[in-house]
Amino acid sequence: MIVRLVQRIGILLASLVVSSVLVFAFMAVLPGDPARVALGTSASDSAVAQLREQFGLDRSLVAQYFSWIHGLVTFDPGDSYISHAPIGPQLADRLQVTLWLVGTGMVIACVLALPVGTLMAVRHRKPSGLILSALSQVGVAVPAFLAGILLITVFAVGLGWLPANGWTPPVQDPVLFLKQLVMPALSLGIVQAAVLTRYVRSAVLDVLREDYLRTARAKGLRPTRALLRHGLRNAAVPVVTVLALQLATLLVGSVVIERVFVIPGLGSLLLDSVANRDLIVVQDVVMIIAMAVLLVNFLVDMVYLLIDPRLRGGAS
Amino acid sequence: MTPVPETGPAAAAPDDVLAVRNLGVTVGGRKLVEDVDFTIRAGERVGLIGESGSGKSLTALSVMGLLPEGLRASGSVRLAGVDHDLVGADEARMSRVRGKEIAMVFQEPMTALNPTMRVGRQIAEVLLIHRTRPDRASARAAAVELLAQVGLPDPEAAAHAYPHQFSGGQRQRVVLAIALANDPALLVCDEPTTALDVTVQARVLDLVVRGVQERRSAMLFITHDLAVVATVCERVMVMYGGRLVESGPVQEVFTRPRHRYTQGLIGASDLTVVDDRGRLATIPGSVPAAGRFPAGCVFRNRCEHATDGCATRPDWVPTGPDSGYACFHPAPDGAPGTGTPTNQEAGRG
Repeated sequence: MIVRLVQRIGILLASLVVSSVLVFAFMAVLPGDPARVALGTSASDSAVAQLREQFGLDRSLVAQYFSWIHGLVTFDPGDSYISHAPIGPQLADRLQVTLWLVGTGMVIACVLALPVGTLMAVRHRKPSGLILSALSQVGVAVPAFLAGILLITVFAVGLGWLPANGWTPPVQDPVLFLKQLVMPALSLGIVQAAVLTRYVRSAVLDVLREDYLRTARAKGLRPTRALLRHGLRNAAVPVVTVLALQLATLLVGSVVIERVFVIPGLGSLLLDSVANRDLIVVQDVVMIIAMAVLLVNFLVDMVYLLIDPRLRGGAS
Repeated sequence: MTPVPETGPAAAAPDDVLAVRNLGVTVGGRKLVEDVDFTIRAGERVGLIGESGSGKSLTALSVMGLLPEGLRASGSVRLAGVDHDLVGADEARMSRVRGKEIAMVFQEPMTALNPTMRVGRQIAEVLLIHRTRPDRASARAAAVELLAQVGLPDPEAAAHAYPHQFSGGQRQRVVLAIALANDPALLVCDEPTTALDVTVQARVLDLVVRGVQERRSAMLFITHDLAVVATVCERVMVMYGGRLVESGPVQEVFTRPRHRYTQGLIGASDLTVVDDRGRLATIPGSVPAAGRFPAGCVFRNRCEHATDGCATRPDWVPTGPDSGYACFHPAPDGAPGTGTPTNQEAGRG
């Protein structure tokens, strides 16, 4: 168990290094000089040279890479080339907003998909199961931004129950925070729920065919209790795998949803920075998203070990 | 044990543990098992033999009420001490019977246990479901005791282990411990040793027999291994094409089979007999697909004694209280009584 843990941490660190090199290299090979971009085409060569020196762009790529990493590790990524504002606090703020959005979306997806998918599996031959199946198929086909626009049309424009957009930090006004969170989180959550439902269904269907479920019934457990006690934990392994993949999708999906609902999250920051040619911020945001995905994968590996004793290896 | 009220055709005599009457299993319109009648008395060990696809497992699963989805049982299955028919009983009623009055050991020990639950808990569970032990602690203690009974070394540690930490034979012992936990009136074993190494088979069989003897449980033992039936069972029933074709005391059926199928089965299992070309005896042809057996005698398309008359269904010919056969052209009674009863038959194959 300890060996597995150390192994996984090693893999996590290695992937972090590799992905940071990739992100840095990708930004470095982009044509154009960041300092020239920042100052505009009309700037004088000496002004550009001065900016290059100020941001250390005149150093070797290796030196630049290590100073960037040093900045990230010490939570002090430096200042923007464009606005000259410190990037750190901005990233922290934006990340918090996106985590609220993605986290709530994920919770909504799980709360919907786990029971509905299980029900679909248990009733896979009955009309109710087929209807749920068809509904989830429709859900899979709807992109999150369309769901968002539909929600706005109905609940903000039509019924006027919820604000159409905007963001308020929870400490400032918890009620308004929740009202503004509902629709963007739902748009992300419902679409993910539709996808997740189908994986839950097939995982539970597989488990229903397992011999140990028949053993459980032969012991005197009714079908539902047999499934709850002996099936769900076994069905959880493939479902957790999909959940991890979906978290990555959600992070990307939130970029679009933040646009639709005018939310100052990481996605908005990314798009704004791209538009402003604020390359160092783009680089930082991409790295944060990459780190989040790697961290989730690491956590999923840990969850596997908790769920399935066979993966722990070694004697008890 | 309270006597079963005399209702319906399946009412059992006081000594009978299981009374199966007119049992059938269908899927769609196809009949997979038909007109199966038998009785098992208290403490009796009865074998059910036949080739794959003969319907023996379906018969066992019908008794348990655990037929796969889409398959339907008809007829009647009565169990002593249970005041309702097991065929068609709802889940609520069946779940009270399963694991308590009837328990089952399955063929595949590698997959029969939940891989994510400790073995001790899996055994304790069956005691807690039926409230045979008042609380978790005593159920756990009983589970350790059961693990000791089925001969696992260090039962305390075994209870704490997960199934993947055991070998196939050890897992089957755990499955047996679960099945015997509530001292069932009837233990159903569906090829419990088929998946095990030959060296382990004998020990597990010994445990099964000892387990049911200690509890005075009756046993329905399904296998295609005639040698196993001979060592484990007192009575044997032969199944082919979804029907019982012969039954009787093991000694009698194995030495003087009457049904031509039984005769072929025994001939095929005798490894000392070869034909002129040095080949082992076999039954010609192969088992038809489920539900595709000929009308009349189900064995007639593979039987060299079959005549046109076999196109009508042979009646059951009783030869004793628990024995009989269904064949128009039975092997003569009192044929060679020792060793290889089917020498002449096998030689012709």
